[in-house]
Order: sequence, then C-alpha cells, then structure tokens
Amino acid sequence: MSAILEEILAQALQELAAVNDLIELDKVRVHYLGKKGLFTLQMKELGNLDPEQRRSVGQIINQAKDQFQQQLDSSKETLEKAALEARLASERIDVSLPGRGQATGRLHPVTTTLRRISKIFASVGFKVVEGPEIEDDYHNFEALNIPAHHPARAMHDTFYFDAHTVLRTHTSPVQIRTMESEKPPLKVIAPGRVYRCDSDITHTPMFHQVEGFLVDTDVSFADLKGVVYEFLRAFFEKDIQVRFRPSYFPFTEPSAEVDIECVMCDGHGCRVCSHTGWLEVMGCGMIHPEVFKSVNIDSEQYSGFAFGMGVERLAMLRYGINDLRLFFENDLKFLEQFN
Amino acid sequence: MQLSEAWLRSYVNPDISTDKLVEQLTMAGLEIGSVEPAAALFSGVVVGQVIEMEQHPDADRLRVCQVNVGAEELLQIVCGASNVRIGLKIPAALCGAVLPGDFKIKKSKLRGQESFGMLCSEKELGLLAEAHGLMELADDAPVGVDIREYLSLDDSLIEVDLTPNRADCLSVEGLAREVALLNNMDWSITAVTEVPVAHEHTLSVAVEATAACPRYLGRLIQNVNAKAETPLWMQERLRRSGVRSLGPVVDVTNYVLLELGQPLHAFDADKLTGGITVRYAKAEESLSLLNNETIQLDPEALVIADDQQALALAGVMGGSFSAVTEDTQSVFLECAFFTPEAIAGKARRFGLHTDSSHRFERGVDATLQTRAIERATQLIVEIAGGVVGPMTEVTTPASLPQRNAVFLRRARLEKILGLCFENEQVVNIFQRLGLSVESQADGWTVVPPGFRFDIAIEADLIEEIARVYGYNNLPSHSALMRSELGLVSEAVLELDRVKDLLVDRGYQEAVTYSFVDEEIQNVVAPGIEAIRLKNPISSELAVMRTTLWCGLLKAALHNVHRQHHRIRFFETGLRFLKVDGETQQQKMLAGLVIGDVTSEQWGEKPRKVDFFDIKSDLEALFTLSGCRVNYVPVVHATLHPGQTAEIRSAQGEHVGWLGMLHPHLEKQLGFDSQVFLFELDQDLLLNKRIPAFKPLSKYPSVRRDLALIVEEVISASEIIECIKSSAETTLQEVTLFDIYRGKGVEEGYKSVALSLFLQDDTQTLADTDIEAVISRLLNLLATEKNAKLRD
Repeated sequence: MSAILEEILAQALQELAAVNDLIELDKVRVHYLGKKGLFTLQMKELGNLDPEQRRSVGQIINQAKDQFQQQLDSSKETLEKAALEARLASERIDVSLPGRGQATGRLHPVTTTLRRISKIFASVGFKVVEGPEIEDDYHNFEALNIPAHHPARAMHDTFYFDAHTVLRTHTSPVQIRTMESEKPPLKVIAPGRVYRCDSDITHTPMFHQVEGFLVDTDVSFADLKGVVYEFLRAFFEKDIQVRFRPSYFPFTEPSAEVDIECVMCDGHGCRVCSHTGWLEVMGCGMIHPEVFKSVNIDSEQYSGFAFGMGVERLAMLRYGINDLRLFFENDLKFLEQFN
Repeated sequence: MQLSEAWLRSYVNPDISTDKLVEQLTMAGLEIGSVEPAAALFSGVVVGQVIEMEQHPDADRLRVCQVNVGAEELLQIVCGASNVRIGLKIPAALCGAVLPGDFKIKKSKLRGQESFGMLCSEKELGLLAEAHGLMELADDAPVGVDIREYLSLDDSLIEVDLTPNRADCLSVEGLAREVALLNNMDWSITAVTEVPVAHEHTLSVAVEATAACPRYLGRLIQNVNAKAETPLWMQERLRRSGVRSLGPVVDVTNYVLLELGQPLHAFDADKLTGGITVRYAKAEESLSLLNNETIQLDPEALVIADDQQALALAGVMGGSFSAVTEDTQSVFLECAFFTPEAIAGKARRFGLHTDSSHRFERGVDATLQTRAIERATQLIVEIAGGVVGPMTEVTTPASLPQRNAVFLRRARLEKILGLCFENEQVVNIFQRLGLSVESQADGWTVVPPGFRFDIAIEADLIEEIARVYGYNNLPSHSALMRSELGLVSEAVLELDRVKDLLVDRGYQEAVTYSFVDEEIQNVVAPGIEAIRLKNPISSELAVMRTTLWCGLLKAALHNVHRQHHRIRFFETGLRFLKVDGETQQQKMLAGLVIGDVTSEQWGEKPRKVDFFDIKSDLEALFTLSGCRVNYVPVVHATLHPGQTAEIRSAQGEHVGWLGMLHPHLEKQLGFDSQVFLFELDQDLLLNKRIPAFKPLSKYPSVRRDLALIVEEVISASEIIECIKSSAETTLQEVTLFDIYRGKGVEEGYKSVALSLFLQDDTQTLADTDIEAVISRLLNLLATEKNAKLRD
C-alpha cells in the first residue's frame, strides 16, 4: 500500500472515530467515497498506471476502501441506535394522563329502563306501539269500561282541557286504539308518558307507564301469571318471589295487583316496603268483556290479558333511587350516575 | 275505611293472629293500608279499688291508700291525685309494671311511707295527651282484671283500602262476612231489637225523584235527650274508626253507618216546616251545609227538602239549619236508598266527599233500610231516650236495583282460569259468598244478594271463584302463544339509534314535564297558541309545551345554578299545537348546548362551542337517516338573527331549527353565556332513505380546486347548490374547504375555495373534457351568483 493511501485510510478511520452524529458521518462518507472523495480519486488515478500495476494497486485501494466502509457501516449502526434511543427517551409520555376529546353523555334512567322492558317483551314478539298523550274521554275512560261518574275516575286525578279532552291518565288507551285498528292475535306493549293531577314526595304530575296486552283465541289467567312471572324475573335478573293479589280495575276481570318480594331487604321488611316484605309493581288482569265489546272483538272467540307498570317505580327499585322527583329535575349530578 | 279489630272479632273471631288476618284480607283483594295499635304498649296494670285511705303523716298532698287489686291482701299505695277517694275504681300499676315510655314501677318509699305500685291517670297509660287526676273506671269494673283486657286496649286499628267494586265491605258486618268466608266460619249478625211505637206523629214524605230514591224511610222520635253522653264503648269504637263523637244522635247514625254500611241522617224535627220531599233542586236554590259551606244548587242536585227549603244534599251531607244540636228534642230520622247513578259524581261536583256519598255512589244494599233504621232507633232510645213514632216508607219497587241471575259456563270458567273445578267446590264458594246458586249441566245459575253491586256478568263470577280459590293457587303457564315474524321497516330510522348517537357525541338525555310555565313559553315561543290545562297543578305547569326548548332551558338553568358551565342536553317527546282548532301532537327532538366544545382538558385550549359544532352533530343525525336537508338563514324570534338556520328537507318541508338563543333572551332568562338550541321534527328526521346501489366507475376521479370571489351575501350553500344544479354528469362531488376574507379580496366580498371531483363511468376524462366542464361551471356561477375566479 502506498504511503499516501495508508495516510488516507488512517485519517479516514480517525475521522470516523470522531464522528458524533449521522450528518457528520455522511460528510465523512462523502469526503472519502463521494464522487470527489479521496478513495474515489485514488481509483481514478489507476487509469494512469500500466495495466499490470493497475490490477494490484486497484486491489490495495479496494482493500483500504472496504476497511473504511466496514468501519463506516459499524459507526452508522451505532449512531442510528443511539439516535433511536434518544428519540424514544425524548418521546416518553405519561400514559396515565386522561384522554382528550368529547366525552360521552348518558341516557335518562327512564329510557334505560324502558329499553330493558321493551327488549324483554320484544324478544318474545311483543310489538311496541305509541299513542297520543292528549286523549279523548272515550279512549281514556269510556271504552275502558269507566263511564262518567264511575268511582274509579276519582282514583285517576285527571288533568282536563275540556269536558271531553284529558291528558291520558294511563297508557291503557293505547290498548283501545290498537284493538280498534288491528285484529287479533295481538301482542303489544305501549310505553309512554302519563299524567295525574297530583304532586308530593311520592307523586309527580307526569310519569311513565308501560302497558302490555295479549289477545288470542285461548288466553287464560295462567298465561298472564306466566308472562308476569317471567318478565319480573328477567327484569330483576333473579329468581324473585312474586304474588298476585285480587284487585279491581274496570277494564280487567279478574284483576290483580302484583307484588314482588322487596328487592331492598329480600323480603325481610324495611322502610321501602313499609315493613311488609312486599312491593307492589304492577296491575294486571284478563281484558274485560265490555272492553272487547267497545272495540268489536268477539269475547267468546278471543280472550286476552293486559298489564301496566310504572317505569319510574321499576327504575327506583332497580337502581336504588330514593326520590321520584329526581327523575324530572334533570340535575346532571343525578343523570351522570346512569352509565 | 278504618275499624277496630276487636269490633270485627266480636262478629267473627278466627283463631289467627292480627298479622295473619291482615294477610288473609290482603290476599282476598281487600288491601290493608295500615295496622296501628289502639293504645301504647304497657303491662302490669289492673283494675283496682281504693278500700281505705289515710292522710300521709308527712305530706299534705299525699294519701296512703289500701287498694284491692284482686289479691288476698290489700296493697299499700301512696297517691297524690286530688280525685282519689274510698270506693273509687282506678287502674293500678303493680310492682314490675312497665308504663309507656319504658317507665318501670318499683316498690318505693314516699316521705317514709312504703308504696307498692302506682294509681294511674289516662295520660300515664298513654290513652290521652292530657289528664287531670286518676282515670275513673265504671263502678262495675271487675277488680283484678288486667286493664288492657278490661278496656280492650289490645286492639289494632286496621285501615282497609277498598277498591270501588267492594262496597259490600264498607261496614263491620261486610268485613265480618268476608273474614268468615275466608276462614270457613259462621259469623253473628247484629241483633236488632225493634222499639215499640209509642206515638202516632209522622211527617209526610213525598218522593218526586223516584228513580234516584227508590226507597225512603223516616220516623219521628220525640223527647230525646240530646245532651246524654254517648257510652264509652260506642265512643271508643267510633274513635277507633276515626270518627269524632258529636253527641248521641249523630254518634248513632255514624255508628250504624260503620256497623251496617247504611248512611242515615237525623234532622231536628222542630226546625222543619211541613213534610219531607225528595226532589231535584231548583235553579238559584242554595244550601248551607254542616261543614259551614254554602253551595249553589242546580237541577242536577238531588235534595231532601221541607215545604220551605232544601235541607240536605241527598246522600252526601246535611244542612246546618236543620242539624241536630244539644237542644234538639225531637228527631226526624232518615234512612234511604239512593241509587249509585244518582249520587255518583254529585259530591265531587261540590268538592265534597263524605262517608255517606262514598257508600251511596258505590252501592248500598237496597234491602237494608228497615233493619238499619230500627237499629238506629234502638240505639238512640237506649242512649238518649225518646218516644218512637211509626215508620213512614215510600218505596218505588220498579226503581230498586234488580239482581238478575247470571249464568256461569263451566267451559268459560275453565278456559279463563286455565283450571278444572269440582262442582261442589264452585257451589261452596258461591254459597259462602252469600250468592244463591243452582247447578246446571254445563254450569251454574247464580243470583247475587243485595249487597253485591259488582256481580252482573259471567266475568264477575269467574273473578269471585279466582279470588276465593286464591290467585296464587291458580296455575301459571310459561307458554307464550303463537309467534309471528314482525314487520321491520327499514324506511324508518329507530329513535333509539338517534339517541345513542347524541349520547355518543356527549349529550345527556333529559326528561322534562310536558306542561310548562306560560310566561316562559311566551318568551321562548311567542305567537304560538298553547293548549291550556283546565286544572293545572300550578301556574308554572299550566300550558302544554309548544316547543321542547322551555323544559330544556329550565333544566339547563337548574344546572347553571349548581355551577355547571358546560351542558349538553337533548330530549325527545311530543309538543302540542292548536292548528285551525285541531290539536296536533308532534314528536320532536330538541337539544341545548352551553359552554365549551369539550370539557376542560390538559394540553388543549378551551374553545366556546359555536354554531358549526352543533351543526356537525345534526349532520351526523341526518347522515344516519340519509335525509338530505338545507340550512336556510332565516329570522326566528327566539334566536340570534345572524345565527339561525331553518332546516328544510330537499322537498322543502320544515324539519326544524338550529341557532343561538337571542342575546336579549339569554339575559332575560338568566343565562350568563351563549346558549345553542335545536329542535327537529322526529317524523322527518327518522324518515330513512333505503340505500340504492350505484355501480362503481372503473375510471379515475379528478380533483379540481376553484377559488371564487363572491359577495358576502351569497351563502356557501347557494354556491354549492348552483354547481350541483348544473346537470354536469361527470361532476361527482363538491366540497368546500376554505373561506377567505382580507388582503387581496375586496371589502364586502369573500373567497370561497371549493374542490370539484369529476369522474366518468365510461372513460378516463381528458384534460379538454375537464376544462370544458370547469369553464361551463364558471360561466354558470358568473351568471347566477356573479362569482369570479380569484386571480
């Protein structure tokens, strides 16, 4: 190897050793291997030699170049690794910081409860139907076998617009409207807002009910009991005790109130169940022949059952809410609890 | 109704606890509202008699008594009461007794004298709030007997919440009949002794309203001592039924009402002029009632009148003029049957509700009147003396309620209840209910008794069988009838999906009242006629909402006042309009947004929400349904004139509003920051386009950007609509990506930057084709919107 070449190589390796970053490294590469690089120039000078020398000198230059290239590659790898380390270190974040962007809101607990109820009934083919909230006297009362001056009207605390127009006091008029326009078999639930002229700790002038009814050729009280049992067990997701008490609604006969074992105290007796161990959760019964008559359904051919329940009441029991009025204050501290 | 358990048990006394009795009644459909003890808890108190009494040697006010408490030896008890005297019978608390308030009685010394117990007042036994001196017992009180037993204090007050169909249980007798039925026992009916008639005076009775009053009985009882005291037992039974003692005559009528379920009324006969007439009131007639209210009568009101005036609102309440007082000497006793139809609703019309109207409108046994008036006569004479006159009776048999036979088919019974019954089982249940029953080949013929107004059709009989058999003993099936595949309409977007989307975009669902404050609604939705409730619960909830904004604004304020500065609410529900006299109930979706776009978060500058943030939420909703809408700048009285859009469907229907609450309303309503509102018609929003596939083009799509200079008044959507109206078949899409005002653009103008995407289904577009399209569009824009290409 010529002295010049040795000197170039030594200098090149020395420069490589001094390099601190990839930019400098590239400068060194260009300085020695670029078009006008020192090794490149050496190669170009080969042309001036005679062919025999050209081969051996060429080999020597290549050896020096290779040596340099090897060192260059190794430096590059080291520097790249260091650069990546540095980047990773600089990009370290506190992953425990909260995410950014829009948070999600929540559905009202009445909606959540209504959806659960609807879903349970829809799974066995009940259809969801809605009706008007300003209702005529006929659909809210008369057709449901509650004539004018019937004592049952006093239980309803009705809001009136005029002598014949009311805010519906229950979702039962939807039963009438559906049977007026559709023929059995019918399997329907009707959720919605209802209104009673009453306001205190346990009553709000507006609340929600779900009415359900089933009409077919061979429906018995046993079917009603079965459906109610199964619904309550599905809703509360436990094998809850259920009892049926005789009661009175003008539009069903036989009529029953349904009690469940208190979900707060498991039936041992507490403030919520007035120490009886039982909670009233719905009214139900076999559709009254007079009701079938008012919608022109032959009660000899068809029979059916109907039930109605308060949605807030079920939501209160399900989620342990202790004040009915909270449902309509729309306080975010309340609403945000229902994920 | 409320009654004493002991009274009930004097008729029928099954060997079951109070709890069990209450459960029995509850499960038979007679709901029990409450059960309260008749007296506070105490023990160890017996009837005692003072046998000897000496002055205490060291205390002026104390006496040392020797008291007979039924034991072999007399008991020495020191007493300070002023009414203590020899021979007096009193409640004596023995050593070891525990009085109300956990007060234990022990042997003690009072000023050196030993005392082995305490003589008690009513207050000390928890029977009265105040008492002066010892409780004085009747002379025949049995010495040594536990005072609780003697006064029947181990009694419960049972409140029965009867459903309107069970009028037959609105009396002690009625409940006794039910208890006997449930326990398969007999019960003893009230024994009535007829008092012999001792004078011949009568008042004439004329019934004009025979349909309303099929039976009217009356009699005069003279020389009554209205100052006589009602005996303790009757006072106690009345008190335990929640009825105040008001003198012997009124007490007896109230007592018989509770005992038999028959309302009666007593008039002071000396205040009456001429005879009694049962008639409808005349117009302009008025009546002062016992409750000191004066009511204006009308021809729908049934009254009892004498020759001069209306005396009582029939079946509801008596008048004050003819009321029995302490000075009454002669009583006219009335016992009538008014039909439920005649009384129903009458009391309510006058804002009244009485024990009498409650029974008549639900149905009183029409066969009961003679027995009831004899019973009342007997009790009045026993307590207040009096000479009894003959009974005057006016009955119109044709108007009396008929009890028709009802046939119950075996097949129907079994179909409805899902259970087979033995013939004897059914017959037994009906008989125990007091119904007369005859077995037939395929069922039973049943005739209900007079006290059952609720048995008229077959279903009524099925209910009785079910009730007595026990609802919980009836079978339960889990078969859910036949199923059919339901219709699922794809052309309607489900509201649930819309709600979920809003929730996902940070909205909180609210539920507000459908009736609102008229004043606020007039501000928020001026000029829209609201439907008014006749009997609102308060002025703040008096009219039906014409927009959901009223409720949302109120809910937002509630939270603003509780330090919430960022609120995103939505609500769904009806709004109520009067359109050409017709009520319209329109399903709406409304929203309200206040505060920053996102909740405060690190690393981001807070930004107030603006029109376009909300608009993007709405655009997301409309994307769900595929409904194409336009946002048209309009003026809305409630909204900021420069930030209001009416949302219209492609067909021009009004879908809703989006805008900022007008700043002056913002202040007026009490907000301290901008409020954005939207309200959409659900039907139009949910009207879903069913997707129709369009084949994909195999050829490349080309993008050309244009910057157009237009006047400020030209809206972005006008430009886009103008381009879309061009009928260029290769134009696939137009998007806006910048609006620029300032240097290089003249004042009053703006630069609108658009991207046009062109594509052909059959070939790759050549530059010349593209240039031709762009040039045609620029010409169109220049002509229609005076738009120029920016240099």
